[in-house]
Amino acid sequence: MNRLNSYFHKTTSAAPLAVFRITFGVMMLFGIIRFWAMGWIDKLYIQPDFFFSYYGFEWVKPLGSFTYILFFVCGLSALFVAIGFKYRLAIITFFVSFLYIELMDKTTYLNHYYFISVLSFLLIFLPAGNYFSWDAVRNTKITFNVIPKWNIDAVKLLLAIVYFYAGLAKLNSDWLIQAMPLKIWLPTTNDLPIIGHLFQYEWVIYAFSWSGALYDLCIPFLLYYKKTRTWGFVFVVVFHVLTASLFPIGMFPYIMIVSTLIFFDASFHQKILTGLSSIVGIKSNTHHVESILLFKPSIWNKLKVATLVVFFALQVIVPFRHLLYKQELFWTEQGYRFSWRVMLMEKAGHAQFKIVDGTTDRWFYVDNSDFLTSFQEKQMATQPDFILEYAHYLKKHFSLQKHQDISVFVDSFVALNGRRSTRYIDSNIDLTKEQESFAHKTWILPFNDKIFGL
Amino acid sequence: MKMKKVIVFFGLLSILVACGSDNDPGVGGDNFNRKAMLENWADNIIIPAYESTAAKIQVLKTASSTFTDSPNEANLSNLRTAWLDAYMAWQSVDMFEIGKAEQITLRNFMNVYPLDADGMQQSLLAGNYDLTSVNRQDEQGFSALDFLLYGLASSDAEIIAFYTDAADGDKYTTYMTDVVDRMQMLTNSVLDDWKNGYRDTFVSRDGTSATESVNSFINDYMFYYEKFLRAGKIGIPAGVFSGSPLSDRVEARFRGDVSKALFLQALDATQDFFNGIHFDSQGDGVSLKHYLDDLNSVKDTEDLSVLINTQFDLARSTALNLSEDLGSQIETDNTLMTKTYDELQKVVVLMKVDMLQALNVKVDYVDADGD
Repeated sequence: MNRLNSYFHKTTSAAPLAVFRITFGVMMLFGIIRFWAMGWIDKLYIQPDFFFSYYGFEWVKPLGSFTYILFFVCGLSALFVAIGFKYRLAIITFFVSFLYIELMDKTTYLNHYYFISVLSFLLIFLPAGNYFSWDAVRNTKITFNVIPKWNIDAVKLLLAIVYFYAGLAKLNSDWLIQAMPLKIWLPTTNDLPIIGHLFQYEWVIYAFSWSGALYDLCIPFLLYYKKTRTWGFVFVVVFHVLTASLFPIGMFPYIMIVSTLIFFDASFHQKILTGLSSIVGIKSNTHHVESILLFKPSIWNKLKVATLVVFFALQVIVPFRHLLYKQELFWTEQGYRFSWRVMLMEKAGHAQFKIVDGTTDRWFYVDNSDFLTSFQEKQMATQPDFILEYAHYLKKHFSLQKHQDISVFVDSFVALNGRRSTRYIDSNIDLTKEQESFAHKTWILPFNDKIFGL
Repeated sequence: MKMKKVIVFFGLLSILVACGSDNDPGVGGDNFNRKAMLENWADNIIIPAYESTAAKIQVLKTASSTFTDSPNEANLSNLRTAWLDAYMAWQSVDMFEIGKAEQITLRNFMNVYPLDADGMQQSLLAGNYDLTSVNRQDEQGFSALDFLLYGLASSDAEIIAFYTDAADGDKYTTYMTDVVDRMQMLTNSVLDDWKNGYRDTFVSRDGTSATESVNSFINDYMFYYEKFLRAGKIGIPAGVFSGSPLSDRVEARFRGDVSKALFLQALDATQDFFNGIHFDSQGDGVSLKHYLDDLNSVKDTEDLSVLINTQFDLARSTALNLSEDLGSQIETDNTLMTKTYDELQKVVVLMKVDMLQALNVKVDYVDADGD
């Protein structure tokens, strides 16, 4: 208890957290601008007629043309986070608007976006706006260049969890023994300069699989220990630049590269801030106030710590929730999301829905492109919760069209990591009779193979 | 312990880098030659198929001129043969909607059915039609000729009477000429484009990204198979999307007894393309089948290309039991049609799910970030 108490009273320079806040804000601002410029707001959130909701968040929907305002607010709050203007309000606004965007349609779910959501939640509780920020310049009373060390450790811990869990998830027989899905993905990138032609050799694919898993598992430790830190960072850069050139994963590699800088010493970050000061023309001594933010056991601080303890406990437990289901995780995807399972599957499917009018016994197939974008259709075809939600939507739609007593069946096939496609959903089940829940979806047909691993 | 892992990882990385310098890029092993596949597609399949179609349309043009000059039974019969020959040839190029064909939406002007026969007759008689308009796509092409050659009346003499009619005969002959001329102009423009530059562009774009030839062409091929072969020729008339059969949605409905032949021709062309069989059927070259065999990284023992061919064959043998006139098949026993549809659908699963996964081709490429 004493050791814990003294840990919370340890202090350190605020510079790493300030640099982290600035780079995070700038990256997010660019992310929003990029998303907008690509026309994705329109394509993903305005054009579709139907959106897939997260269980319990069916009320979160795109806001029509106001969706642009939502993105504007999100981008503006990212900018305010970067410059440290009304930091607390800015980061809360960013978190809420970003989360809302993510909840609008689960078609666009990416672990990267989830990472941004949890990281921005964590940042709400950290004193990231109290040094080298607009707020700090305006009000020296809240300026602290020394802060409790646990604040920086919290960010490091989150990064460590992301990497380590991503590594654990790779410890499965598909990844390690079959070198899947890299065996599918890499050979067709053989037009990549310098390394492309290597992907014709099987052992190269295995080397990438194994070193990828090893990288994820080791990198938190390499970055933590001072001796290995520089090498660790070299690996971070090599790994993420490789993934950025091999796969269409947008800004994420760069976000991770700059995020891991937080593992470096305060002196390094101080240099960045000094450099930044001279670039933007702020006298660096403006920030050289010697003031220490001490950890006081106030109610607010206790509440804050308690919240973060729960937060981290969830981060540790949630990725293992799939253990509550007996069926193959990759096949049913029950407990797959929010678990740092990145790039583990090449999954493709095809789903043909059959509408049966119970009063006339007439039936017909649905042309999915009448209701879904091709992106939504692709995501829907391989994920049972999407299939169910869509089936209910179809029932509603065709009930309005004077059809009565409607049943919805699906003829669906899914191929996973290079295995032959097999029937995915029991085609004799009327999906309108099934409801979404956390219970196992009994209408998913069993996986015909076995994947060993965590 | 951890340092050991670092050393192992670093060791692996340095081996990778070391190997990067002393290997011949682009040749040997299981490094599939996409360029050779594109060349085979362009030189031995696509361009010869367009040449054949263009030649058949030239014959059609001559026959229609002869007929419009002197509408009589012999010339009508001759024109009908030329029409059917060209229609059959068209089935071999319909799937190649890429490049110029995509740009001018060739298919939409050549073979939209069902025909808007009433609309067409109105514009024909009014004489102020614009065949380049998207609103007139269902008033021209092969199905317009189908109507003009078979649908105007029940007997040949009555049909010919439309063209010899003192008041409106000229309007019919003019319309027929305009339709055939347009079909010829469009087809030739696509063939010319392939021959004058596009072939090289197509072949040179042999990379793996979504905008390169292999990816975009496979997507076009799949789109054609699903939408126009499976749904258009069989599924829609059989009523699988509407709940009730729509026998008047078959291809060449006014002629009637060729809809099955047109479908089978299209199915053969699609399967031949998969297998890389040259258009003249003399030999074959590299195509999707070979690409699949080359990338055969999957665990199962049976080759995917064999499964796909088996399923194509199964669809064909099911279809062979259909009546020559799919319209009357639908009216007498539609279950055989829906059975054919189901077999065709299984090819979709094998190709769209299994084949595209093996080839790492993104279907309906979505420009959005991945995980």
